[in-house]
Amino acid sequence: MKNEVIIHLKDVAKFYRIGEKNMVKAVDGIDLKIKKGDFVAIMGPSGSGKSTSMNLIGSLDVPTKGSIYLDGKDISHLSESDLAELRGKKIGFIFQQFNLIPNLTVRENVMLPMDFQGIPIWEMKQVAEKILKKIGLGDRMDFYPNQLSGGQQQRVAIARSLANDPEVILADEPTGNLDSKTGETVMGFLEELHAEGKTVIMVTHDPDLAKEHARTVYWLKDGKIEKITKKRVK
Amino acid sequence: MVNYFSFSLKNLKRRGIRGWLTLLGIFIGIVVVIALVTLGNGFKEVVGAQFGVSSTQTITVQAGGLNYGPPGSTVVNPLDKEDAEAIERLSTIEFAVTRNIEFLEVEYNDKLVFGGVVSIEADSARDQYEVMDLESQSGRLLKRGDLGKVIVGSNYEDPDKNGFDREVTVGKNLLIGGDKFLVIGVLERKGSFFIDNAIMMMDQDLEDLAGYGDEVDIIAVKVKGKDLVEKAKEDIEKLMRNRRDVKEGEEDFVVSTPDALLDQVNSILTSIQIFIIIIASISIVVGAIGIVNTMATSVVERKKEIGIMKAIGARNSHIFLMFLVESGFLGLVGGILGIIFGVTIGTLGIWQINNLIGADTRISINFILILVTLIGSFLIGAVAGIVPAMGATKQSPVEALRG
Ligand SMILES: Nc1ncnc2c1ncn2[C@@H]1O[C@H](COP(=O)(O)OP(=O)(O)OP(=O)(O)O)[C@@H](O)[C@H]1O
Ligand SMILES: [Mg+2]
Repeated sequence: MKNEVIIHLKDVAKFYRIGEKNMVKAVDGIDLKIKKGDFVAIMGPSGSGKSTSMNLIGSLDVPTKGSIYLDGKDISHLSESDLAELRGKKIGFIFQQFNLIPNLTVRENVMLPMDFQGIPIWEMKQVAEKILKKIGLGDRMDFYPNQLSGGQQQRVAIARSLANDPEVILADEPTGNLDSKTGETVMGFLEELHAEGKTVIMVTHDPDLAKEHARTVYWLKDGKIEKITKKRVK
Repeated sequence: MVNYFSFSLKNLKRRGIRGWLTLLGIFIGIVVVIALVTLGNGFKEVVGAQFGVSSTQTITVQAGGLNYGPPGSTVVNPLDKEDAEAIERLSTIEFAVTRNIEFLEVEYNDKLVFGGVVSIEADSARDQYEVMDLESQSGRLLKRGDLGKVIVGSNYEDPDKNGFDREVTVGKNLLIGGDKFLVIGVLERKGSFFIDNAIMMMDQDLEDLAGYGDEVDIIAVKVKGKDLVEKAKEDIEKLMRNRRDVKEGEEDFVVSTPDALLDQVNSILTSIQIFIIIIASISIVVGAIGIVNTMATSVVERKKEIGIMKAIGARNSHIFLMFLVESGFLGLVGGILGIIFGVTIGTLGIWQINNLIGADTRISINFILILVTLIGSFLIGAVAGIVPAMGATKQSPVEALRG
């Protein structure tokens, strides 16, 4: 594990205004440094701000307050489109609801992130097929998402997150919609990616999952970091 | 970029009937325009045939025009044979022939129809045939002394067109105005409704039946040279003003050259076309608004998809183009369907006209128009998609993913 910081949140807050007076402090002043190659879990009860911090880390959302650095670069003030391009290249997302595009085939779903980066079509095809074979879906490339099981869909989502060979994989409750056995396979893939040197950040409310797989666990409560636990590497 | 097009097409494919119905406006507009243009050129050609454009040196003179009688009166001061003789003496004129046309009962095979009967003067029969450009396809033409005989237009040979359910050929007898006439010739097909449905008989016979005395309906004039047509027209107008004692601008007669007639008919056709094209444009605009509507709906429906795409790296320009291309394709589909139906309707229309009046107008499909329509319908769709596509780019990924 290298000691280089890849993501740095500095006193980051995200507030939502509800009506005239009320304010929801979804994230309320978080400081964290995620090191390259770490396997991080963000834990906490429902409504504690896990998804919100995940969106901020993944630059899907801009903070109300504070700064976010990706690879040492302040991204809090980038334009929406520049952010999109940056995260397309550096971050791969995996969601609880899989979020595949329903009327694209498995292969096309995996090609899409590369398309947004302007990669030529023959290369997109080649890369997509390689990743899909590796993840065990070589025989499902022309299927549509609704023709796949939940576990298979989540594997397609993992393949898609790898399309642009990102440094960081962000997974929001990746096993939330899967039975425990398929959940384990998905976790296995994340472990494999971590072993290949990718930084994996996962949101979960399952403490066992966090303890078993993550090296660093951030415990959130009411939008604040309550504690950080680290696992010793043997 | 490559993916967008196939992606848009896929999105189009999954559209329901409701989505396709919005194309009705564009579809109807384009059908109308294409059908009209296809038909319109046919119409003009048919009209040209009616006036026998071959005889461009022919001028016709008819009584009528402005009416100076008391309001409601339709009394016209008719032309007579002396007018024709006077016209013939003009230096620009080769000859002038008179023609009377009467609508009489024609009986054959126990069936009765009304037919236009044209007079042929014994002295000028050949000149008559020349100005009308007539030849017989069977039998022969009328000449001096052919009393009790007629020649008929080509449609009389066709039992479906003549109203008798039996063909009229040389050697048959027709009862015209109660008298028996022997058919001695059938005219060659002219593509002109009037001539193909005409019966011609000697002036003396027609006068006996109709009793018009010295009055004539039309004086047909052959000019000495093509370039003299305008000059001859002026000469005739001057002469006739003197003979009928009317001032310039108050003529109670009409001198028409074939070009002028054609121009007149064409200009009426053109204004009808312009009117219909305006209606079609309104239909297209309504259709475009329909596209704005469906695209706006589909932006809302695909909110989540937009969010996902942004999450995996789509720039605003990607999202914008994606919806714009899809909207353009939507318009293009309307255009393609419109062209197919429009050409079909136009072609069937011309085929009908040809059948009905016995013209043989060629069907001409305007490929430049089709190309312009294809590009145009894509552009209409794309323009209609601009605002919804901009709306799509405003979608925040976080909100879209939450929904
Ligand atoms: N767009 C928004 N508008 C208003 N409030 C919001 C918005 N997004 C999040 N919140 C609020 O912020 C708080 C944190 O939400 P968040 O989704 O981050 O929680 P979470 O830890 O992911 O919960 P869960 O485990 O249920 O997914 C919640 O109280 C939520 O209601
Ligand atoms: Mg959440």
